[in-house]
Amino acid sequence: MARPLINIPKRVKRGDAFEIRVLISHPMESGQRRDEVGKVVPRDIINSFFCTYGGEEVFRAELFPAISANPYFAFSARAVETGLITLSWTDDQGVSGFETVEITVE
Amino acid sequence: MLSRRLLLAGATLLPLAPGHASATPADVAAAIQALTKGAPLHPGRVKLDIPLLVENGNAVAMTVAVADPLPPAERVLSLHVFAQANPLPNVIHAFFGPRSAAPRLSTRIRLATSQTVIAVAACADGTFWTDNIELLVTLAACIDEI
Repeated sequence: MARPLINIPKRVKRGDAFEIRVLISHPMESGQRRDEVGKVVPRDIINSFFCTYGGEEVFRAELFPAISANPYFAFSARAVETGLITLSWTDDQGVSGFETVEITVE
Repeated sequence: MLSRRLLLAGATLLPLAPGHASATPADVAAAIQALTKGAPLHPGRVKLDIPLLVENGNAVAMTVAVADPLPPAERVLSLHVFAQANPLPNVIHAFFGPRSAAPRLSTRIRLATSQTVIAVAACADGTFWTDNIELLVTLAACIDEI
């Protein structure tokens, strides 16, 4: 799996809200399409996505084939302490991705 | 002769018949019912933001959010999006944890055709809030060949 694009500020003020944006490269094959001989292309989507910050949950999502290819998510978190933000996801084939980003809280 | 006509008629129907079954408003109502377990849906609080005229149904920018700050006892636990005429009624279930700053999510979704998209917010006090948008899709998702 290709590296995802992640956009998180490096430094934030304590108590402020900040934006986490992530773009994951994935075909998100819906399981609804057919190939040229009429065979259904098997479903292969990222079905779950998790984001934690300092070990506590920020955001979690259960995804369906209605999410576009190369899924993009933007959501917000509250700056509490300097720590690690982890992003992880799993697709239908059991392939998972995992990224961590450090954030400094001033 | 008759058989050739039948064959032709069959050939035009076949590629559309299987796999293109669409969800119905009843399927969406059932999915929402499974979520709310019978609790009433109130209009308001949650705001669904999607373009009313979609040129490409393969990637439609969507934001769903509850903008008003709520007391902790009523905080938003999750946001759910449903599409009435996609092959499957569910689009996304999003859950917000203790480190979340606001119940807001932006993503990109697929829309099979012109339809009504429904958002539901589930609050910690057991109430459910909803918003919906009826939109037009000029180029649908799910019909692209490989």
